[in-house]
Amino acid sequence: MSWWQRLWRRKQLEEQLEKELRFHIEQHAADLIAQGHDPEEARRQARLALGGPEQVKEMCRDARGTRWVEDLWHDLRYALRTLAKNPGFTAVALLTLTLGIGVTTVMFTVINGVLLKPLPYMQPEKLVAVHSQTDTWNTAVYGEQNVAYPDFLDCQRESHSLEMGGMLFNGATLSSPGEPEYLDLREVTSELFSVLRVPLFRGRAFLSEEDRAGGALVAILGYSFWQRHFDGNPSVIGTSVVVDGRVHTVVGIAPASFRPGDQEPDVLTPIGQDIAAYLHNRQAHPVTVFARLRPGATLAQAQSELGLIGQRLAKQYADTNKGRSLTAKPLRPEVGDVRSTLWLLLGAVTLVMLIACANVASLLLARAVSREREFAVRVVLGAGRSRLIRQCLTESAVLGLSGGVLGVVLAAVGIGPFVKFWPGSLPRAAEVQLDWRVLLFAIGVSLFSGFLFGLAPALRAPARHLEQTLRAGARTVVGSSRRLHGVFVAAEIALAIVLLVAAGILGRTLLRVSSLDPGVNIHNLLITRVALSPSTLADPAKIRVAWQDILDGGQRVPGVESIAAVDTVPMREGNNQLGYWTSADVPPQNQLPFALATSVTPDYLKVMGIPLREGRFFNVEDRIGRSPVIVIDDVLAHQVFGGQEAVGKRLWIPDMGTGPYQVVGVVGHVRHWGLASDDQALVRAQLYYPFGQVEDGLLRRWSELMSITVRTGVAPLSVVEPLRRELRGTAGDQVLYEVRTMEQLASGSLGTQHFLLLLFGIFAGLALLLACVGIYGVLAYLVSRRVPEIGVRMALGATPRDVMQLVLRESMEMIFAGAGVGAIAAAVAARLLARWVAGVRSAEPWTFALMVCVLVAAALFASFLPARRASRLDPNSALRQE
Amino acid sequence: MTAEKSDLPQGTLDLLILKVAALGPVHGYAIAQRLQQVTRDVVQVPQGSLYPALHRLENRGLLEADWKESETGREAKFYRLTPKGRAQLETEAASWRRLAEAVGLILRMSEGGAE
Repeated sequence: MSWWQRLWRRKQLEEQLEKELRFHIEQHAADLIAQGHDPEEARRQARLALGGPEQVKEMCRDARGTRWVEDLWHDLRYALRTLAKNPGFTAVALLTLTLGIGVTTVMFTVINGVLLKPLPYMQPEKLVAVHSQTDTWNTAVYGEQNVAYPDFLDCQRESHSLEMGGMLFNGATLSSPGEPEYLDLREVTSELFSVLRVPLFRGRAFLSEEDRAGGALVAILGYSFWQRHFDGNPSVIGTSVVVDGRVHTVVGIAPASFRPGDQEPDVLTPIGQDIAAYLHNRQAHPVTVFARLRPGATLAQAQSELGLIGQRLAKQYADTNKGRSLTAKPLRPEVGDVRSTLWLLLGAVTLVMLIACANVASLLLARAVSREREFAVRVVLGAGRSRLIRQCLTESAVLGLSGGVLGVVLAAVGIGPFVKFWPGSLPRAAEVQLDWRVLLFAIGVSLFSGFLFGLAPALRAPARHLEQTLRAGARTVVGSSRRLHGVFVAAEIALAIVLLVAAGILGRTLLRVSSLDPGVNIHNLLITRVALSPSTLADPAKIRVAWQDILDGGQRVPGVESIAAVDTVPMREGNNQLGYWTSADVPPQNQLPFALATSVTPDYLKVMGIPLREGRFFNVEDRIGRSPVIVIDDVLAHQVFGGQEAVGKRLWIPDMGTGPYQVVGVVGHVRHWGLASDDQALVRAQLYYPFGQVEDGLLRRWSELMSITVRTGVAPLSVVEPLRRELRGTAGDQVLYEVRTMEQLASGSLGTQHFLLLLFGIFAGLALLLACVGIYGVLAYLVSRRVPEIGVRMALGATPRDVMQLVLRESMEMIFAGAGVGAIAAAVAARLLARWVAGVRSAEPWTFALMVCVLVAAALFASFLPARRASRLDPNSALRQE
Repeated sequence: MTAEKSDLPQGTLDLLILKVAALGPVHGYAIAQRLQQVTRDVVQVPQGSLYPALHRLENRGLLEADWKESETGREAKFYRLTPKGRAQLETEAASWRRLAEAVGLILRMSEGGAE
């Protein structure tokens, strides 16, 4: 009979067992009668010889090997019955667990989607990122370098181990059909879709004959753009769109999941048709390369192969490629700096979860103490220690898993709003979903927490002093359980303090950095990018005129006080970091100090409200052909010239040209990196140069980057529409995009801090509440156990005041022990915060002290209620309870 | 129960049961009787552990059981050895013999050494 049969035919087996044992006894008795014993006596002796029939049966059942399943089934039913009998306890425990597991699961879902899941392409482990590198490149400042287009073409042709596709970030204006619109354009090689193994949603990918100069002009639409601009009309394929003034035929629509570099493009065109000079120069490195290992090839092979190709290129094109090598490494999703925020939050929810566990554990423990008699009776009736522990753990596992199921439901409901609520946009947001990993995690957390809070009650379950327990009834609290309760309360307090102090430090940080001077007047300031009409872009002279027209036109709009153009705006993404030197003897690039370079028009200072400290700012005379000038901020002035006069000094900036730049003025520092982050930024120093002195060759590229800043006398957003109409240009295809107010940018720069503060605030509040409920519950329980003792004390002359002190002293011990441990842990947590969150200082003694006081006060308040109840006991009835 | 009776060494009950069952189909009570007779009341066979042992051996596939009419005309559960049980009996009996010999040798040697 197999194990399964034995499990299912339990009833039959039981009958047979009964029959077999009866046969034995009767046979034995018959033999004894035959030997001349009295029939009664014979049966008695036969039974004695066999031993207790129930014990023998139990041992036979054990021999079946199906015992644990049957026990588990019994335990489960028993657990459900006991839980159903205590609806109050069950509700509190389940609610606590649901909250704890729910928030933990939400956080894990986000971490899973953003950090853990592989890229959403087929066989993502075969994907490789290719970069080019030189020794003089400062990777710490600029990040990894992409690949020059000609280098890419050489690699693609010569590599046997990799199939390669390339992509170029760009922008373009769509002027027809419909409203003119600025596009997020990607120029891609014809192989990109096949390398990533992404099938088109509609239509086809680019053909290789389209991916070269002079090929047919074709375009692929991004899914969201297609939905937005063409209402998802599938008949758009085969029609034409005008991109940057040239008519393209739509050949396909990309799927919604196509987000290379974690951004969905609006329109894609073949990169081979782009004849821009920089693209065909080995000195510029704009191409992002996606490669896939061919079947059988390894990453090491690809690396050595690329190494050889790189060496050959360095020899063949020594003037551009000397010292440049090509590297390959596994392609990873780009998630930016959310990693630390996510881990911080996971840490916070883990603390909440632990508090929840401690709470449920002390509830269970209280119940276990009152069930001591029940357990003692069971031991007397023959239950083994391990059997009792198993039953206790089954109960807590049932609780944990029920909490887990509810928690997963909570997470499923809560994950959407949470992702929407994320400051800015969460990278890989589309991939944040409940999947099998999340479910596995939730089950694991539920079981682990069940084990965690079930262990303490379970271990004390097997009664040691059986007789005492049975005789004493359920009245006395054994010392060990009191200590255990104390440990739980202290642990809850310690954990709550960590969260409270963290929330307090974050709040304090926000208060501090919000009051910092951003360096510009952020009120009534509008920032918007402008895409020039495509028809002007070919001619530098036209570009200069177009910008002047924009500034003049903007000035005419009612409500506009002043207007200027600028390439990199403070507190917005984007910066231009350049190395500088104070003499003509410039060292290699990676040894230079860096500054943030900004090109502006003369009114910039006035528009932004940046104070002029020394010298002058730019004027219309600072144009191409005149001696090059720059203005520096006081940080750079201090760094380079110390206390000396900076105006009149010269700086060499190799990336802007060979000649020196004369410093004509010093202005106030602007918090370019945002209110919180600027103090710790790697590169803080700033220098400005006139837009009028940007070389003709660079003008087109610069124009794609420029924004206008507008100082208004009215609410800044109210001038957007008049401005849009005024700046449309003669062809009507000049468009404004990315319209923001400076106030939005400033508060956005604190988005992470706001978000963290809010969540930590919620968690800390939750922790405080849970800890208070825990203290209240434990004390109320301990007091109710001690009613007779208190009765005796009062009968012997103790005053209500004495009784209250007795109870409060007990709670104080737990509270202060917890506060002590919590303070140490909080100091560690504060250091982590300071390391990971911009603007946080770990030493905030007042915040620290305040938060500890808040918690101690709340805890004392929670223990005051049971203490008062104890002091108001009537000694007579208290004594009678015994 | 007299004081001269010794307890059964650990693990030998299974071996004895297999040996008895090897002689032909037999029910539990008969096994108990047989063991008592054969060991001439020297070894105490705990009747209480006889049945758990039988069931264990049955579940391990060393014994098979049928319900048949006994000599007294009542239905009883008869155990008999399976091929697997026979193999097990042989290996265990052999190892038991080796152990007994070895112990005997040691005991003799210590007497010789004392002389």
